[in-house]
Amino acid sequence: MKRQNIVLLILVVFLAIIPLYWQKEAKFAGADDQALKLISEIKPDYKPWFESVWKPPSSEVEGFFFALQAGLGAGFIGYFFGYLKGRKSHGNGKANEIQSGTGQSYDDVVVSKKTCRYR
Amino acid sequence: MKKKLMVAYFLAAGLLIPTVGHAMHIMEGFLPKEHAVGWLLAVLPVLFLGYKQIRKIVTRHPEQKMLLGLAAAFIFVLSALKMPSLTGSSSHATGVGLSAVLFGPAVSAVLSGIVLAFQALLLAHGGITTWGANTFSMGVAGSFAAWGLFKIATRIGLSKKNGIFLAATVGDLATYLVTAGQLALAFPDPIGGVWVAFIKFIGIFAVTQIPLAVCEGLLSVVVYNTLADYREQGLATIWAKDQGEKK
Repeated sequence: MKRQNIVLLILVVFLAIIPLYWQKEAKFAGADDQALKLISEIKPDYKPWFESVWKPPSSEVEGFFFALQAGLGAGFIGYFFGYLKGRKSHGNGKANEIQSGTGQSYDDVVVSKKTCRYR
Repeated sequence: MKKKLMVAYFLAAGLLIPTVGHAMHIMEGFLPKEHAVGWLLAVLPVLFLGYKQIRKIVTRHPEQKMLLGLAAAFIFVLSALKMPSLTGSSSHATGVGLSAVLFGPAVSAVLSGIVLAFQALLLAHGGITTWGANTFSMGVAGSFAAWGLFKIATRIGLSKKNGIFLAATVGDLATYLVTAGQLALAFPDPIGGVWVAFIKFIGIFAVTQIPLAVCEGLLSVVVYNTLADYREQGLATIWAKDQGEKK
C-alpha cells in the first residue's frame, strides 16, 4: 500500500512538472482568463454586471489566501492521518473494538490477512 | 425511494441542461442574471438534501465525522492548487470525487458550495453571482458523475481502488464540461450558436483539465489507500452500509 502511494505521488509530481518542460514558451495563464478572452470575442459588448465584493489587493495577497486554503486542508489531512497511524500502532485491537453504530466492526466488513492472524 | 427521486432529479437536470463545460469557475458577473438565478434554483434542492444528510451523519454516525472533515479538507487542498497543464495554461482540480464516492453527491455539493464561497469572498475566484452555477458544475454535476461511475464500476467488478480513480478523474472532467456548457448557453456563438461556443469553451477548459483530472484520480486513490491501510472506522461503516443495501 505504502509503496503504491509513493509511486502514485511521484506520478502526480511528474504530471505537474512535465508541462513546464514541454511548453517552455507558454505563460500558463489561468484557464478562466482565457475564457474571458473568448467571451469578449463572442460578445464584445458584454459588461459584467457585478464586481467581486473584495479583491486581493495584489497577487501576493491572493497567493497568501490560496496557500492558506491549501494549508488548512493539508493540515487537517495530516492531523487525521497522524491520528489513524497513532491509533493503529497502539495495539491492533483498539480500532476494531470501537463500536461503529451499526454493530459491525471493521473486521466484519473487510477480513484482511492481518486480521485473520489475530483470530 | 429517496434514491430514485435523486436519480430522477439528476437525470432531469442532465436532459434539460444541454451538457455544458468550462475549466475553472465562472467569473463574478459573467453570467447574465437569468442564468445566475436559474443555476442557483437548480442547486438549492440538492444543497437542502445534502444538509439533511450531513446532519444525519453527525448525529447517527459520529465516527464518520472525521472522514467528512477529511473529504472537505481534500476539496480545500485540491481546489487551491493551480497546476500547469500540457496546453500551456493552468487550472485546478476539484477534489469532489472522493467525497462523492464516500458520502454521495448531495453531501459533496454542500462541501463544494462552502469551498466556492470561500474562494468567491476571499480570492475573487469564481463569484457570488456565479456561485449557483459553479456549485452546480462542481458539486452537482461533478459529484453525480463521480458517484454514479463508482457505483457502476464496483458493480461490474472493478476494485474500489480502480473505481475511485475512474470516478474522481471523470468527475473532475465532468465539472469542467458542465462549466463550458454553462458559458456556451450564456454566450452562444453569433454564427454557430450554442454548440460552436461549447466546443470553443471545451477547448479552453476540458483539454487543460485532462492531466489535472488524472492527478486528482491518483491523489484520491492515495487517500483511499491510506484510509484502508489504517482501517479507518468511518470508512468501515460506510462500506458496511453499502453492503447492507445490496442484501
